[in-house]
Amino acid sequence: MNIVTPRLTHVGENIASVPSERTKRTRSKNFSQFLRRAWAGLRFTFGVFVLLALATLAGFPTSSNAAGSKDEILIGLVTKTEVNPYFVKLRQAATAEAEKKGAKLLARFGKFDGDNEGQVAAIENFISAGVKGILITPSNSTGVLGAVKKAREKGILVIALDTATDPADAVDATLATDNFQAGVLQGQYARKALGAKAPKLAMLDGTPGGSVDNQRHDGFLKGFGIKEGDPAIVGKQNTHGALDEGQTAMENLLTAHPDINVVYTINEPAAEGAYAAIKKAGKQQDIVLTSIDGGRLGVKYVQDGKIAATVMQFPKKMATRGVDYVIDFAKTGKKPSGFIDTGAELITDKPFSDLPSKDTKFGVENCWG
Amino acid sequence: MAPNAVASINRGTVSLGRAIATPAVGPLVVLLVFCAIFSLSTHTFLAVGNLSLIIQQSVIVGTLAIGQSMIILTGGIDLANGAIAVLGTIVAGRLVNDGNNPALCLLLAIFLCTLVGVISGLLVSRLWLPPFIVTLGLLGIVTAATRLIAQGGAFPVTDDLLSWTGNSAIRDGSGVTYGMLIMFGLYVLVWYLLTQTAWGRHVYAIGNNRPAARLVGIPVQSRLLSVYVFAAFLYGVGAWLALGRIPNADPNALQNANLDSITAVVIGGTSLFGGRGSIWGTIVGTLIVSVLRNGLTLSGFDPLWQDLVTGVLVISAVAVDQISRGKQR
Amino acid sequence: MSVQAESRRTPAKGTMVLEARNIVKRYGHVTALDGANLELRAGEVLAVIGDNGAGKSTMVKVLCGAVIPDQGEVLLDGVPVHFTSPLDPRKRGIETVYQDLAVAPALDIATNLFLGREVRCRGILGSWFRLLDKRRMKSEAQKEMAELKFRLPSIDSAVEDLSGGQRQGVAVARAAIFARRLVIMDEPTAALGVRESGEVLNLIRTIRDRGLPVLLISHNMPHVFELADRIHIMRLGRRVALTTPQKHTMGEVVAIMTGAMPGNDQASGADGPSAA
Ligand SMILES: Nc1ncnc2c1ncn2[C@@H]1O[C@H](COP(=O)(O)OP(=O)(O)OP(=O)(O)O)[C@@H](O)[C@H]1O
Ligand SMILES: [Mg+2]
Repeated sequence: MNIVTPRLTHVGENIASVPSERTKRTRSKNFSQFLRRAWAGLRFTFGVFVLLALATLAGFPTSSNAAGSKDEILIGLVTKTEVNPYFVKLRQAATAEAEKKGAKLLARFGKFDGDNEGQVAAIENFISAGVKGILITPSNSTGVLGAVKKAREKGILVIALDTATDPADAVDATLATDNFQAGVLQGQYARKALGAKAPKLAMLDGTPGGSVDNQRHDGFLKGFGIKEGDPAIVGKQNTHGALDEGQTAMENLLTAHPDINVVYTINEPAAEGAYAAIKKAGKQQDIVLTSIDGGRLGVKYVQDGKIAATVMQFPKKMATRGVDYVIDFAKTGKKPSGFIDTGAELITDKPFSDLPSKDTKFGVENCWG
Repeated sequence: MAPNAVASINRGTVSLGRAIATPAVGPLVVLLVFCAIFSLSTHTFLAVGNLSLIIQQSVIVGTLAIGQSMIILTGGIDLANGAIAVLGTIVAGRLVNDGNNPALCLLLAIFLCTLVGVISGLLVSRLWLPPFIVTLGLLGIVTAATRLIAQGGAFPVTDDLLSWTGNSAIRDGSGVTYGMLIMFGLYVLVWYLLTQTAWGRHVYAIGNNRPAARLVGIPVQSRLLSVYVFAAFLYGVGAWLALGRIPNADPNALQNANLDSITAVVIGGTSLFGGRGSIWGTIVGTLIVSVLRNGLTLSGFDPLWQDLVTGVLVISAVAVDQISRGKQR
Repeated sequence: MSVQAESRRTPAKGTMVLEARNIVKRYGHVTALDGANLELRAGEVLAVIGDNGAGKSTMVKVLCGAVIPDQGEVLLDGVPVHFTSPLDPRKRGIETVYQDLAVAPALDIATNLFLGREVRCRGILGSWFRLLDKRRMKSEAQKEMAELKFRLPSIDSAVEDLSGGQRQGVAVARAAIFARRLVIMDEPTAALGVRESGEVLNLIRTIRDRGLPVLLISHNMPHVFELADRIHIMRLGRRVALTTPQKHTMGEVVAIMTGAMPGNDQASGADGPSAA
């Protein structure tokens, strides 16, 4: 009969087997040595990283002349996000213009739509950096006012791009599309394209509370010839101007109201999402899909017949003119003022004679992205 | 017991032991290195006004990160802290806009934030739901509730009390705001609680080895609850600080504050596994991120560099944590 | 206030201190304890042995309040007690060293020793500001460690920086410092080397010499035979024999433990009639 349990064998080992004890010890010693070496290696890597960072940081500013030379004109640009290509193009146009005119553009952006904190920090840091002028597309029409005031008190020219502040005279000047007017164009076209049919309107809005969003929305209704609350509006959804959210919203709206025949979208990504939903429902022929913005893809959607019409705006014009104003101000002390409309154009290949519009050829040549 | 015998036993582990005992030293060195680099490469970085700016820009995330630190020390995580603070700003902003007494509105806002902490604390400590899931759910719930309360609008704040935290303390233009003082005061308070009271030791013990904490008689459930409630109270205070910094209650604000505060805590050397770290590391971590943002702007770098360097720092910090934990395997 | 608020009680040798009667504990289908009895008398070291899964740890958990039994009663000094949390037995001076130690590795030795019963400063600092008296806890810890003759690195080093034996020492010392009635230890020498086990065994002797009874669970027969006054053998959730190192040899004890030889416990029917 087996009376020696496995445990007892183990116990016996413990007492009698000094050698096995020793091997165990050395093994754990090896392991701790390994860890110590790994730790040292990591410290080394970290040190190298710090040195590298030091080298780049020390080298870069002199080559880029950021805050180095006193007489170079510094211009700060704060955009809403880097997610939306519209703002990327605006930034690129501004950078190019500044470079052409021998000025230096510092660019910053919010992390998400509504990142007031990020924008305020950017303005403050620009003031510290000693910029002559700040161009800003405010996330929210009131969020950045405190920082803007500080900048203007320091004698910095502040110009709002694309989005006006509330009140508008919180900045020196505003360079923007008249978004309400652009919305009116979109609405007028949608009404004409619908013809005699009774409207069943779906509205794919952007972000609740956004000022541009509200202006486009209200302009559209005016151009379309109805009031907020009209029973012709069968549904409204927030898409945050994103493709996926636009698609989801349109799918849900179509499920609820299969008779929708005209759609307002806040921008072209939302319109593309909406188109995907419409196509899945097989209703391309029954629905007039309109949008606003005028990006390259947007024009292409119009060319492809996915979107009936879009309203184009000109962010590059805002960027270049903004940069020019700041340089002019730095040299002559002259400040622009008030609302400076950079214009909007209806882009469609199915024009109506009594509604001025441009074709997609013009669109391709003049679009911003 | 001979003292020198003790010393000799200890020598082998001394460097590693110290690294854990004072986890804030590494981050502090990183912070000082960045400061040195930026003061050499720009002539504006070291200006008093600029340094004040950096701290002002750290106030909101720095305060939210205090609560985040405490929760991470217990082995949890909080994804809802920014959302809770925004709830506070909107409640206060809207009620004051409607013409109510500002002091009462502010108290009510902070109270509501604290109440959210009661919910998350109960779910975590009584039902043992994972904090990640609880706070992820609350992130959605609180954000939606905030939007419902805001009804699509933002509320510009004109009331002096609500925006008081942004005012200069001491004298005008000194660059020291009440918000900064409140934040630093909260750090000192939480440092005291974490290191000088039994409560703090229990917080560490729970994060370090929860079953052991229960067995040695620590009231684990009520400690966890108190941590979540206190953290949410701090988020409420954070809401007040946010209104001082930007006098505009915006439902879209602070969407990244949860991740930003986790970043600050992690860069500050606190272990995401719980039980290790120091609250001073958290303020240093917050300042590192702000110094990077400010310094890179002043030296004209592409803003994406900030995200890149921050990412490297986060990974380095976690790697250091892993290595120092690894030795007990 | 002293660390030992109440002085240790040392009742006359041989009186019953802790008794468990007919304890039943089931986990789903598994019956961990199946009518188990246990008695611990003053001044003795009672070794509890048994194969893996015999129910030793479960018994310990019942005695220290970590597990509430389905049936049966526990008596302390002859009075029935109902432990519902680990705090209850601690309040009555029963200290436990758990199989998995129950220490917080990142915290230092002194903090671990006082974990869950920290000492606050006197006066308003302590009562209002909840300020810990770290100096006092440290010096008490140092004093106790010296008294227990347990060699440790600085009392400030983290427990995870200690060797396995030293960690075990911290857990045992914590029990020794705070115990007033008795100490329960679940495999305190498991996974320790020869020298380190020796140190822990010395600690156990010190505790016994202070007049506290010790309930020692171990798989290590030589340790059991070295220390125990009586040996309590468990099998399949019951006590099958109660003996002494003098009455049975190591081989016989193992045989009873594995069921190869019948035990002597009247109360247990599982192994047939008892053979004393
Ligand atoms: N929490 C639990 N849930 C389910 N079953 C359990 C639990 N704890 C113990 N058991 C079961 O109860 C029985 C007794 O376990 P116990 O841990 O008391 O044994 P032990 O004698 O301490 O063994 P070892 O020598 O391995 O420590 C085992 O079959 C075990 O699987
Ligand atoms: Mg066991």
